[in-house]
Amino acid sequence: MTAELFLQTVVNATYAASYMALIAVGFVLIFGVMGVINFAHGELYMAGAYTVVALYADMGFPFFLAVVVGLIFVGCLGLVMEVGLFRPLRDNPLGGLIASIGFLLILQTVAMMGFGVRMENVPPSTQDKIVFLDGAVLTYQRLYVILAAVGLLSALWIFLRKSKFGWSLRACAQDREAAVLQGISINQTARIAMFIGAGLAGVAGALTAPLVSPTPFMGHSVIVTAFIIIIVGGIGSLEGAVLVAILYGFVHTFVTTMYDGTLANIVGLLLMLAVLIVKPTGLFGAKERA
Amino acid sequence: MHKPETKTAGFGWLIGFALLAILLIVLPHLLSFSQQEILVMLVIDVLLVCSYRLLTLTGEWSLAHAVIMGVGAYASALAAKELAVPVPLAMLVGASVSAFLAFLLSFPLFRMKGFYFLIGSFAAGEVIRLMWKWSDLTFLFGGPKGIKRIPSMPDLFGIDFFEPVNYYYLCLIVVAVSLLILYRVERSRIGLTFHAIHWQDKLAESVGVNTFRYRMLAFVISAFFAGLAGALYAHYVGAVAPNRFDVEEMVYILIWAIVGGTATFYGPIIGVVTLTIINEVILRALGVDEMRPMLYGALLIVSILFLPDGLESLVPKTKAWLASRKERRENMRTEEVPAE
Repeated sequence: MTAELFLQTVVNATYAASYMALIAVGFVLIFGVMGVINFAHGELYMAGAYTVVALYADMGFPFFLAVVVGLIFVGCLGLVMEVGLFRPLRDNPLGGLIASIGFLLILQTVAMMGFGVRMENVPPSTQDKIVFLDGAVLTYQRLYVILAAVGLLSALWIFLRKSKFGWSLRACAQDREAAVLQGISINQTARIAMFIGAGLAGVAGALTAPLVSPTPFMGHSVIVTAFIIIIVGGIGSLEGAVLVAILYGFVHTFVTTMYDGTLANIVGLLLMLAVLIVKPTGLFGAKERA
Repeated sequence: MHKPETKTAGFGWLIGFALLAILLIVLPHLLSFSQQEILVMLVIDVLLVCSYRLLTLTGEWSLAHAVIMGVGAYASALAAKELAVPVPLAMLVGASVSAFLAFLLSFPLFRMKGFYFLIGSFAAGEVIRLMWKWSDLTFLFGGPKGIKRIPSMPDLFGIDFFEPVNYYYLCLIVVAVSLLILYRVERSRIGLTFHAIHWQDKLAESVGVNTFRYRMLAFVISAFFAGLAGALYAHYVGAVAPNRFDVEEMVYILIWAIVGGTATFYGPIIGVVTLTIINEVILRALGVDEMRPMLYGALLIVSILFLPDGLESLVPKTKAWLASRKERRENMRTEEVPAE
């Protein structure tokens, strides 16, 4: 591996880690607060990407406006899921998971009927790029994803530590009944968590739309990635999710570059199986949640 | 949970089964060619979903079942195509390979329970499926395009199994025998132990039940019949590909089981038959079969929200409703008597 290829792979891995972190953190947040495995998380990502397809590629609105609309729209889809599905099924341990599978199929079909099955081609919003000394290239399109991940996740971290909502969110994740006794509204907390979690997936999808050629079935690989990250990181651990997203982003990108993509996926799944067998609580423990 | 069954089947049951048998035998002749092909798939799906239910008896929900079906399909196809094993024997080979794989997977997977098992089985299944797709193994599994030109069932006793009707009868016999075995297993001591493990695994362990071995047994039996379903599929369609056994297929198995209900033996069958009829008859008639995933999704949501015990729970409800109506009518009559 030449120095140039190595640096380029590092740059690519940073980008991969960023969007994986955005997706995984939302996934963990939803699980931590509501105890629901949101199987439709990949399709929320897909919905974000298609918002950009519709607003930016088809109608010609500015890219960043489309991204912001994507965040809000997908966040609202999350609210719909919470109010319509997860809340009525709160007492049914597998109910939320099953309902989210149903929701996933509906979102997929809507995308299929609205846009067709074939890949969408989203033109890049900018041709600018940073060229490093060794010749490695970072396009602005990818830089946006990295910046968004750093910015949004830091904002989320401050929100969770400093604001009253953040405290109630963490309280719910730790002990739901105790939180209720303290006068915290479970429903309101769940709505906030769901909006943020879904919104993060939506932003990831919207920002990566010009880079990945959206299809209605793009969510599948995303949900697999999210599973790998939360299992390896430890279910319910936000810090673990971020760290493992970085780790997995690098492992996956390097294996893809040096061997091939299928092997990279196999490596990721085996990593997850190994963690499940040896230390089911994940590398970063389950004691501290959200 | 379970009422003790009466030992001898009643006369009514016999008539019911006879009518069902006649219906199943006559049915393909009332259908068009394409509907006959759907019927073959439906029979295979019935075996698939019933084998899935056996594992759920122990309380574990696997997400590897579609892939295990695929293992049977691939193994049977390879045995018949590359090793020239006669097709009926190749099908048994396929089913056995599935069962053996389940045996191997038991060691890592049954260290997990509940949600972890769900995810673990998903990961294991995906690893196997990706192996089929992997370019380095294309010489064996054919890569993403899979295996084509799989030998079909040879003529036996002058019956041409290339005809959907004849293949349907073959599947019907295989599936009927398989269901009988699955039913007997569930009613045996083994099946009762599965229930015990589901509801009280610690208690079962404390009275000397090796829960690991029983979970493994359920997984292996369920995999054997899933593999058999896969083999029946492979030699009928003549081609297998990795994407045929992906998470979408798994989701359909889950939906059939959940919409039908898994508490009774007939629940999943009701689920798969009802959904297939809705899908193939109604959607096709309306000309909107691309809406299938949405319909399945919506039905899944509706059923988990309003009918969490599945369609099967309508049976006792209807019975109770009929009984209460009858009772009320009789009460009214007895009340009317003194008035007269």
